[in-house]
This record gives sequence, structure tokens and C-alpha cells, in this order.
Amino acid sequence: MNFLSLFVLIPLLMLLGLWLAKGVKAVRGVMVVGSSLLLGLAVWLTIDFIAQRAGGNTAEMLYQASFTWFEPLNISYRVGVDGISVSMLLLSAVIVFTGTFVSWKLSPNLKDYFLWFTLLSMGVFGFFISIDMFMMFMFYEIALIPMYLLIGVWGTGHKEYSAMKLTLMLMGGSAFLMLGIFGIFYDAGGNTMNILDIANHTGGASPIEFGRQCIWFPLTFVGFGVLGALFPFHTWSPDGHASAPTAVSMLHAGVLMKLGGYGCFRIAIFLLPEAANELNWIFLILTGISVVYGAMSACVQTDLKYINAYSSVSHCGLVLFGILMLTTTSTTGAVLQMLSHGLMTALFFALIGMIYGRTHTRDVTLMKGLMQIMPFLGVSFVLAGLANLGLPGLSGFVAEMSIFVGSFQNADTFHRVLTIMSTCSIVVAAVYILRMVGRMLYGKCTDEHHLHLTDATWEERLAVICLIACIAGIGCFPSWISNLISDSVAPIIESVKQVGPIVSSCNPFM
Amino acid sequence: MDYSQFLNMAPELSLLAVILILFVADLFMCTDRKSGRGILNTPLPVVLLTLHTLFCIAPLVCPMFSAQCSMLNAECFGGMYVSSAMALVVKAILNVGTIIVFLTAHEWLKQPEMTNKQGEYYILTLFTLLGMYFMISAGHFLMFFIGLELASVPMTALIAYSKRSQESAEAAAKYILTALFSSGLMLYGISLIYGTTGTLYFDKIAPLMLNGQCSMVNIAALVLFIGGIGFKISLVPFHLWTADAYQGAPTAVTSYLSVISKGAAAFVLFVVLYKVFAPIIDQANVLFFWIIVFSITLANIFAVRQNNLKRFMAFSAISQAGYLVLGVMGATPQGLTAIVYYLLVYMAANLGVFLIISITEQRSGKLLISDYDGYYRTNPRLAFLMTLCLFSLAGIPPFAGFFSKFFMFMAAFKAGFIVLVLIALVNTVISLYYYLLIVKAMYIKPNDNPIAPFRSDGYTRFGLGLCIAGVVLIGIISWFYAYIDQFSFGL
Repeated sequence: MNFLSLFVLIPLLMLLGLWLAKGVKAVRGVMVVGSSLLLGLAVWLTIDFIAQRAGGNTAEMLYQASFTWFEPLNISYRVGVDGISVSMLLLSAVIVFTGTFVSWKLSPNLKDYFLWFTLLSMGVFGFFISIDMFMMFMFYEIALIPMYLLIGVWGTGHKEYSAMKLTLMLMGGSAFLMLGIFGIFYDAGGNTMNILDIANHTGGASPIEFGRQCIWFPLTFVGFGVLGALFPFHTWSPDGHASAPTAVSMLHAGVLMKLGGYGCFRIAIFLLPEAANELNWIFLILTGISVVYGAMSACVQTDLKYINAYSSVSHCGLVLFGILMLTTTSTTGAVLQMLSHGLMTALFFALIGMIYGRTHTRDVTLMKGLMQIMPFLGVSFVLAGLANLGLPGLSGFVAEMSIFVGSFQNADTFHRVLTIMSTCSIVVAAVYILRMVGRMLYGKCTDEHHLHLTDATWEERLAVICLIACIAGIGCFPSWISNLISDSVAPIIESVKQVGPIVSSCNPFM
Repeated sequence: MDYSQFLNMAPELSLLAVILILFVADLFMCTDRKSGRGILNTPLPVVLLTLHTLFCIAPLVCPMFSAQCSMLNAECFGGMYVSSAMALVVKAILNVGTIIVFLTAHEWLKQPEMTNKQGEYYILTLFTLLGMYFMISAGHFLMFFIGLELASVPMTALIAYSKRSQESAEAAAKYILTALFSSGLMLYGISLIYGTTGTLYFDKIAPLMLNGQCSMVNIAALVLFIGGIGFKISLVPFHLWTADAYQGAPTAVTSYLSVISKGAAAFVLFVVLYKVFAPIIDQANVLFFWIIVFSITLANIFAVRQNNLKRFMAFSAISQAGYLVLGVMGATPQGLTAIVYYLLVYMAANLGVFLIISITEQRSGKLLISDYDGYYRTNPRLAFLMTLCLFSLAGIPPFAGFFSKFFMFMAAFKAGFIVLVLIALVNTVISLYYYLLIVKAMYIKPNDNPIAPFRSDGYTRFGLGLCIAGVVLIGIISWFYAYIDQFSFGL
């Protein structure tokens, strides 16, 4: 029994425990124990992984294990992690842990809520540990479907519409993805679904011929890209995030959207390197639009959740942007951005939920001077905002800096112009963040009802402090995590670059 | 004549014995004197059918039996009846499905006006099952046709079972007229085959067809054959009876109609294409391409607009039939495995949904989707189980429906029908939409007058237990797929 499987096994046991639990206390107990175990496991995994790497273990994936599952179809249960998955697992564990505390007092039906919540987290963990395409796809879909009920039952606002839109768009993406997976599987010989085996088939050159790669690359990239809020498939994201209950927004923006970026990198780019070199310009333009357009849209919103949702579109666009630039620095930055965005957007959504729970409005124009009334939440909100606009010392800066530096390493005009355009989003981010913070928190409170509001409770403080600690930790000491990531990114990017230069023959802008 | 060859027909003969036992039992123990209620309800038929199932699968699972028993690979009557391991697997699956249908019917048959008609229900149902057995094992078109008719005619009586319901009578009339018309078409197709090749044995037709001198006639025969069998599987454009018949028939009969007869026909379709029409398989693929596209797409679009649950399930069943027939494309062994596996998974999920529809209808008389608003508040467990079944139908992991759809698409992709797989995949999104509509009604929509809480009876619970176990376990435990797969090469 490989211990990575614990990441799936613990949520399974949690599901069982939740099923059997009677009463709110027992439900909370199961969740706290389970999510703490997961967090502990993730931390231990990170430490052990770094130790192993320091000890000279240079295998591509560590802790690998494999069991044949569907023998006639060459499908196996295969797990293994590299630096990228380790950091994603850590992120997921943190978000699940804090999400548990944020939904502490949710009603009605806390038990059912946590059942679906746990199923979602099982999908996420399973996705990050698997290296078999079938397993990846299965866990990907497991993570998607609980969203429907989580938003539909426990959400607010246009919840029915948003839940349906989100589910159908993401499932539509996964339909393309499935076709792409079949294509990769059969064109690579149909012998294995193992990602590593397909990539290393004949030492460098991909076993899939170039013409076929150019079909499967857009399918898989768009399939995952829908979840990564790729323009023009991002429209589920603002509605979905705005309607979802707090912890679900956190988990969704914080972790689930990372599945998109991770999948794009792990399957679309890694397994289809020639097509990635040839066609990345199309998706670069689209992600460039995501980045700028998301930031611009955030400026004109007044609903707090919509502001953050559009800002997420912008930041997740940067993730895909960094990956598509195909340099080690930019891709490391992209993974760092996944981490940083996951943490800060989760913090943001958590705070928005807490404020909304007190003021019963999310409209920026209706709130004023909250800093005096709830100082803890106010200060945390400012910190989250600063992380979002990329202040040095917080995680956002490290990530965005690496992405832009890495992107600029591509010495041609096309990539450089796009990089410069995307950099504008930082300025726009400052506009919407500072305006929001200024209006909401400062000044004199005019609404009488707001004067009697209370500050955060203990479980809310725990969640918020935990997230802020992580954000500051990455921001102040980025090297350990970025080394961890770039160690794993570098060989993949090298192998992708090996097959050809990033100068595409069909790009009209070159 | 060697009478021992009758032993190769052991599944059919033993099913006949079950029917006769039930018939005699019905004669002598029709009513309980004290309560005046029929006592030939569920236990006896279920136990008998379970024993029969065990008898059927004994040679498959026990090496001790399989050495002596010739059921696995044998022919009788010069090849008119062919017995194969895969056929036995399909028969066993159909048996399990029928058992669950009997469990569904328990509450319905307990009603006062049904008490003196219980025996007929079981006997008629088992006769249709017997017909399907003959279809599955046919090696000759006449045998196949007899099986087909035996499967359709008692079915009409079953659909018309609610004597006082006009809808039921209307449904039966539509069913029998369509059934006869499609039988006529099929007979004409068979006669064309006989006219060109001079034989009706499956194995002997293909080599004679290879001469290719009368290929137009062969294609005409193929089209007519598809017309006949398309009616049974309810593929577009032969589906027009489906919605009305499903809506009018008693719910227990609808659930039988939606799974069992469909499954048998899909298996036979594969066998006939593989054996008889192998020389013109390319033309068949073109036909099936469009049939599948229309079946899936049209049914999905119509399903979105339904409000009656049984009608809704009818369109869902048409669309699922389209997916089921995907495995036929290319007629590969992997496709056959996918069909049988899909059938097994579909059976568990669909019968589960029908169990819940049936028990809700019996307890509250409500059948509309809008009646299910707020179902989750009053009957959370049933709503949860229904959700699991619907997710399985929609192909959501970790439920079995995901695995069966994945493997089905994989088989079709491997056979080279990439565009078709893409269309089918896009359609899964539409189907997810309408399955979610029911989930939405149950979980999200408010209702001032929801279905009152009720307790379901033991039989329904047992049936639901079986279905949910199937929905959850058949996918994750790979044994099922591997087991079916090992038989698909021999056919």
C-alpha cells in the first residue's frame, strides 16, 4: 500500500464517518480530524520529498505505485508525485482545512454539505496524485459534479442558473478532454495510459505523429482550459463563484481552477510537445485576453464576489500564460501563481463570506468604514488585497515576477509584446483593489446597522491566520518552494523545447 | 435424433419449468382465504428465478460444472440454436434485471384490483424473457423470429395490464401495431436474404453474400432488418411508440420494457451484424452512424421538455439505446464487451430509478417531475439514492455509468469513429442537463405541497440495495469488465 493513496483513502473514510455521524458536533469532529490528517500528511509529504531530492533521488516521480485495474484496456491505478503535484497537494490540504472552519456554522444540512464537500476534495487530491490518464480524468470529473449541489442547495442569488451553467460548461470541457485522451492513448500505441511512459516512449520524440498532435492539443488544452477560466470559456466562473457558499468558492477558486492549469501542463504540453510549440500562439493570445479582460471587468463590478471572481479570471489567465511561454522560469512562476492565487483567493472569498455574513450585503457602495467595526477582518482584507495586487513580501509578487521575467526570455517580438500587454493587468489590479478597500474599510461608517456588528469568531480567525501565514511564508521565503517546483518543471520544459524552437510557422504575428 | 442435445438448451428449458411451476402454483394457491389477497406475490417467482439464474451461471463460474456441461459452446438442431458463454452471461444479466423488476412490481400487485391477476403478470413476463433467450441463442433467422415474436406479443398484454386505464390500452394498441409492422418489415428482409442466398443459417449466409452479385438486395435486407430490430431497441426513427407506451404502461412493466427487452435486442443486433452482415459491414456502419446520431440527439432534445417522469425516462432510454448501439460500430470484440457491460450498468441505474418512481407513485400517486419538487426535504434517502442512479445514467464518476460510457466510447474510438464519439460526447452534456433537472427539482426547488414522507416496503428496499450496489461497485471493481471481456472473443 503506497502512502500517497492515503490522500484518497482519508476522504473516503471521512465520507463514511460523515454518513454515520449523528448531530452537528460529530460531523464537525469528523471534518476537523480528517482535514487535519490531510494537512499533516501533505506537510509531511513536502518535507520528505524535499529530503529525498536533497538526498539525490532524481527520479521524475517519487513514491510511485501501480496496480493493474482494467487489464484488457491497459488501465492502471498509478500514483506518483513530483514537485508540482506536491505543492498542489499542500495547497489543497490547506484550503480544505481552512474551508472546514469557514463553513463551521453553515445551515441547513451541514452533514450533507460536508459529504459533497469531502467528495469534491477527494476528487482534487486524487487528481494531483494520479499519473494515469484514466484516473486523472475520473478524479477530475469526481471533483466537478458536487459543485452542482453545493452551489444549487447552499448558494445564494441566481444559484440555480449559476450551478447549471458551471456544471454544463465544465462537463462540456471534459467531453473534449475525453476525446483528447483517447487520441493520445491510441496514437501512442494504445499500450499504456501512464503519462510518463507515453512521454518517454522513444527518448525525446513523441510517439504521436505531428498532424495528429495538432488535433489532440487544442482538444485537451481547451478541455482543461475551461476549468482554468480560459477566455472565452470563462463565463461560468464569475456567476459560479458569486453564487457559491463561501467555503465552496474558496475550494473552487483556490483548488479546482488549478486542476485546469495543472492538467494543461501535465497532459496537453507534456504529452504533445510538437503541437504545443506550434500552436501555443493561439492560446497565448486567448490567455492574454483573459488576463487583461478579467482585470478590466473587475474594475467595473460593485459586488465583492464578482470583483474577486473576475480578478481570478485574470490571475488564472496568468497561470496558463506562464505555462504557454514554455520557459522554465515562466512555468515555475505559473505553478507558484497557482499556489499563490489559490491561497489569496481563498482568503479573499473567506473574508468576503465573513463580511457578508455580518452586513448581509456584498455591494461595495453600501459599506463604509468597516475597519473601525471589525478591525481583524479589515486588516486581513487589506492584506489579501495587497497580495492580490502583487506587493513584494507576499506570494503574489514572487509568482507574477517569475512569470513576466520568464516570458520576456523569449526573444521575439510576439512574445514580448504579449508580455508587456499582460503586465498592464498589474496596474489595473491596483485600481480595483485599492478602490474596493478604500470604499469599504475606510471613512466613517454611515449605516447604523453596521455599527453593532462583531468581529471574527475563533474558528474564522484560525482559518484566516492560517491562510495569511502561508501567503506571507511564500512571499518572504520563496526559494524553497520555487526550487521544489523548478526542479520538476525544468526537465519537462527541456524535453518540450527539444523537439523544436518556439517559433511557430503558422503564426501570422511573427 | 439425438435427444441429449436438448440438454444444451438447459437455460430455456429450466425457465420453462419455472413458468410451469408458477402456472400450477397460480392455479392452486391463487388466494389466501383469510385476507382474500393473492399469496402468489413476489417471493415465489423471485426465489425461483434466482435459482434459475444460479443454474444458468453455474457452468460459467464453477470449473467443475463447465467440464461436464456442454452449455458453454454447443449447437442444437443443426445450428438453429447456438449456445455460447457470452449468451449465458447476457441471459444471467437479464435474469437479474427481471428479478429487480419483480421486486418493483410487488407494491403494485398488492392493490385490491390486481390480486386475481398476479399469476398472469409473472407468467407473461417470463414468457417474454423466454422469447429473448431464444433470440439471444438463435443461429437461424426463423429461430430468431420466433423468439422476437414470443418477446413482443406477451409484452402487449403486459402493457395493457391496467384494465381500467385508457392510457394503458392506448399504449398497448400502439405497441402491438408498431410491433407487427416492424415484424413485417423484418420478415421481408429475411425473405430477401433467403432469396439471394438460399439459406437462413447465420453462419452460412455471409460466405454466400460475398459473391456480391446482388449487393443492393443485401443492403435492402440489412435496412429492413435494422427497421425490425430498431423497433425493439427503440432507435430513432423507429422510436415513435416509445414515449406513449412507456407512459401508459404500468410502471413495473415500463421498467422491464426499458431495460430487459432493449438489452436482449442490442446483443442480438451485434451478433447478427457480426455473423450475417459482415460482408457489408461498411454500409451498416454508415447507417448506424446516422441512427446513433439521431437517436442520441433527438431523444436528448425531447427529454429536456418532458414533465411526466415516465415519458422523460422513455426519452432517456432512447438516448441510452443510442449509446448502447455505439458498441455495434465496427463489430469488434471490444465493442461486444462494451455493450454487455453497458447493459449491466444501465440496468442497475435505470431499474433503480424506476423502483423509486414506482414506490412514489404507489404511495402518493404522483408522477410529474414538478411533483418531485422538495422531495429531498421529505424523503432525503430516496432522493439521495435517486441522485446516485441519475448520476450513473449521466456518466458521472465514481459511479458505474462513467466506466461503461468511457469504455463504450473507447471501443468506438478504437474502431475509428472519432466524429461519432465527439457527437456522443457533446450529447452527454445535454443528457447531464436533463438528469440534473430532476436533481434540481428534488434538492433545490421549493414546494409548499411536497410528496409526504413514506416508508418503502422491504422488497423495494432490497431491490434498491441491489441497484445501488451495482451502481457503486460494478465500475470500481474491475472484475466485472474483465470477466465479460474474456468471453467476447469466442462470441
